Amino acid sequence: MNRPLRKVAIAALVMFAALLINANVVQVVEATSLKNNQHNVRLLYSEYSHQRGPIVVGRTAIARSVATHDALKYLRVYPEGPLYAPVTGYYSLTYSYSGIEQEENSILAGTSDKLFVKRLSDVFTGRQPQGGAVELTINAQLQQAAYTALAGRRGAVVALDPRTGAILALVSSPSYDPSRISTHNQATNTAAWNFYLHNPDAPMLDRAISQTYPPGSTFKVITTAAALSSGRYTPSTLIPAPNSLSFNDSNRKLHNFQGETCAGGGRMTLADALRVSCNTAYGDLGIALGSNALLQQAQAFGLGRSLSIPLPVVSSRFVAEHGQALTADSAIGQASDAVTPLQMAMVAAGVANGGVVMRPYLVSQERAPDSSVIAQAQPQELGRAISPAVAAQLTSMMQRVVTSGTGTAAQVPGVSVAGKTGTAENVPGRPTHAWFICFAPAQDPQVAIAVIVENGGIGGSTAAPIARQVLRAALGR
Amino acid sequence: MAEAAPIGPATGERRRGTELALVVFGLVLTLVAYAEVGLAHNAHVPSGIAAYGIGFAVLFGIAHIAVRRLAPYADPVLLPIAVALNGMGLVLIQRLDLAGDDAAAAAHRAAPRGAAPLQLVWTVIGVALFVAVLVFVRDHRRLRNYTYTAMVAGLVLLALPAVLPASHSVVNGARIWVRFGSFSFQPGEIAKILLEIFFAGYLVRHRDLLRLAGRRVAGLELPRARDLGPVLLAWAASLLILIRESDLGSSLLFFGIFVVVLYVATERGSWLLIGVLLFVVGAVIAGAAIPHVHDRFTAWLNPFSNAIYNRKIGSSYQLDQGLFGMATGGIFGTGLGQGRPDIVPFANTDFIMASVGEELGLAGVMAVLTLYLVFVARGLRAALGTRDGFGKLLGVGLAFGFALQVFVQVGGVTRLIPLTGLTLPFLSYGGSSLVTNWVLLALLLRISDAGRRPATPRPTSTDPRASETVVVRR
Repeated sequence: MNRPLRKVAIAALVMFAALLINANVVQVVEATSLKNNQHNVRLLYSEYSHQRGPIVVGRTAIARSVATHDALKYLRVYPEGPLYAPVTGYYSLTYSYSGIEQEENSILAGTSDKLFVKRLSDVFTGRQPQGGAVELTINAQLQQAAYTALAGRRGAVVALDPRTGAILALVSSPSYDPSRISTHNQATNTAAWNFYLHNPDAPMLDRAISQTYPPGSTFKVITTAAALSSGRYTPSTLIPAPNSLSFNDSNRKLHNFQGETCAGGGRMTLADALRVSCNTAYGDLGIALGSNALLQQAQAFGLGRSLSIPLPVVSSRFVAEHGQALTADSAIGQASDAVTPLQMAMVAAGVANGGVVMRPYLVSQERAPDSSVIAQAQPQELGRAISPAVAAQLTSMMQRVVTSGTGTAAQVPGVSVAGKTGTAENVPGRPTHAWFICFAPAQDPQVAIAVIVENGGIGGSTAAPIARQVLRAALGR
Repeated sequence: MAEAAPIGPATGERRRGTELALVVFGLVLTLVAYAEVGLAHNAHVPSGIAAYGIGFAVLFGIAHIAVRRLAPYADPVLLPIAVALNGMGLVLIQRLDLAGDDAAAAAHRAAPRGAAPLQLVWTVIGVALFVAVLVFVRDHRRLRNYTYTAMVAGLVLLALPAVLPASHSVVNGARIWVRFGSFSFQPGEIAKILLEIFFAGYLVRHRDLLRLAGRRVAGLELPRARDLGPVLLAWAASLLILIRESDLGSSLLFFGIFVVVLYVATERGSWLLIGVLLFVVGAVIAGAAIPHVHDRFTAWLNPFSNAIYNRKIGSSYQLDQGLFGMATGGIFGTGLGQGRPDIVPFANTDFIMASVGEELGLAGVMAVLTLYLVFVARGLRAALGTRDGFGKLLGVGLAFGFALQVFVQVGGVTRLIPLTGLTLPFLSYGGSSLVTNWVLLALLLRISDAGRRPATPRPTSTDPRASETVVVRR
């Protein structure tokens, strides 16, 4: 019986060889992909074992880690949760992380190569590695003013420093409390997550950068820029403003808002057309300029580009339409036009900054655990959208929108405000989206703002007053 | 070639000093690991470590002395391997208990009842039974007299969970338990040894009949159709276990042991082929007909599919978490007490190898597998070395069954093969399993002792030491 017994021994040897080889495959060959699998929470657990750095606005930590007595040694808390949630995101055992928590994770967790020298000394001294701090460009007063002004309505506000691109306010409403999904209790996290997820107002949607809307009449700023840049128009050029605009490729006619007349059906200056936001005049202007000119101007302001601030921004869209009807629609911010509130703030900021659009950014400083600065934001130009001369012309046209046009609700005593209203049709039968974009002071711009209130009705009535609140906070009036 | 390799050195070498040194090494390994768990948990060496050290030394010292007295020629490596694995198992179970205590404290719940103290009690019982087997089974050939008693007892134990009401037999979905109040054990574990005794006894008697050749097909001598009875019976029995008790692992184990013992007994490769074919047919039928088995199979094929991961029954969650743990451990592991093996459900029983992989790394996994491999090799060597057919068949059943169990168990956890619910010998938490493996060890030592004992002791002498100088020629 010994001969088959030896063969059994060989079979046992083969079985163990298979186990040993397979263990090598799991723990070495496939280790990296297994480790980074979305369902592996171990890396998160090890991150929780040391103090994560704070996210700072001004001198206040809007996200910080506090020591606890449970198995996970630190708990992430957001003292003003909903106010800053669209910026901070969450840091959850159950749902990983998002927002700045995600994009700046290597600094916050202390694993960044930028912290290498620091970490090296930790290895030798045996100290627990600590996370670095991320300081934001957000201005607490503006953020609070915008959040309060939206008052829980569905919408967003973005405020930029037009000279640098620094994001001063980034508000999405309604919001959520990241503390509630960042607890150490999976059931609590799940309950809160589902509560937010099933809310029809989508509080976890970052409307400022992750959602696009038809820009409506705020797009007329871009159409005007294209017209002035073409050299064929000045603010005082008389353009046709019929009571209704007919097309050669459609039986449909373009009317003004609520069927109003702009100039009795005759002609009006380009400046007046912008001031009263005349649809038929701009439709006709768009056709005259052509869809390619509109497209080029839109792209010069940043539409079609994907940005990272470092949060990923959905790229805004403008399509060069074929035919008169759609070209006219696209020139007044309808058709396929789709923009983020951040993009429209960039349009206002570009005009304010003499025609140069700055790259928007949210992080002003990255600091090591010992508070030494390891990275400082440097303002960068995204590109020139219009010439300084066109920017000056457009600025004074937009000032008249606020002094005597559709945007009077945005007036701030003692300050010259340049703005443009928008009332965007979206789903047929639903109320229009209310838009307002502006910057101030007109001759020395310090802040550029975009406001949208979803289904908020008329831009001049709903969005402009919100912009006014933010302007007052920004300018201290 | 067969002449060149000597079978079981029957030179009368005892090597008990080697065994003692290795037992001490296994003990030191256990205590160092225990200290490491404490240091990782709260930066203190556990206060009871001295008491545990003395307790272990006494317990395993008794086991060693029992071997010295009762099986002086037995293989010196088997007992130390059992000591090391049992000790490491206790440390890992204690380590997972601590994680459970921490989780309970965090959730403001009372700490769950620890598994390690129970496993400690079972270790004592296991060593006691180990000594008892060595005392009462002075010659393994006497077990042959109980061939059919073992069969009946084994089948009764095996069938017990299937006939008991579910409230007394089902734990976590598997109907493999006998449970009364807080007392529970898996009769299948001890049935394994009883059936191995039956297989050996039955086949050594009938091997000549089963060797009778029937038809010769394609160079293979097939057995006569009428001799297929026993193998078909074993196949049917294992399928019944599988269907009634949802226990894929035990089913595969019993059938595998039977076929291999049958092959060794008859020296006919055709039995092996028939066995494999029957197994494949059985597996296909089971995979198609039993949802539980089908789930295990799809989870094995697509463990990272979200649909399978998220399903309520038959999820790949446990398998995936085990794999993540081992991958996170990498080559050297996180260190004992510094990983999160407690994330994996049943980390101290079915998935203890994932805990080893996470905290001791690939190095630890390979060390543990090597211990098992040496154990199996020494067990098979005992079978080779013994002179009687019954001993050979019992030895190969015990040793190969041990190897198959480790293969199916570790292979399932590491996704080499579909997952089944077996325990890992000596390492997993579980009284029935631990006690059974100590009994298995005692039987292997008994067979090994018989094989290595000088062949012709002087009939006048009752003192085994007197035979030391006899030169044996074979």
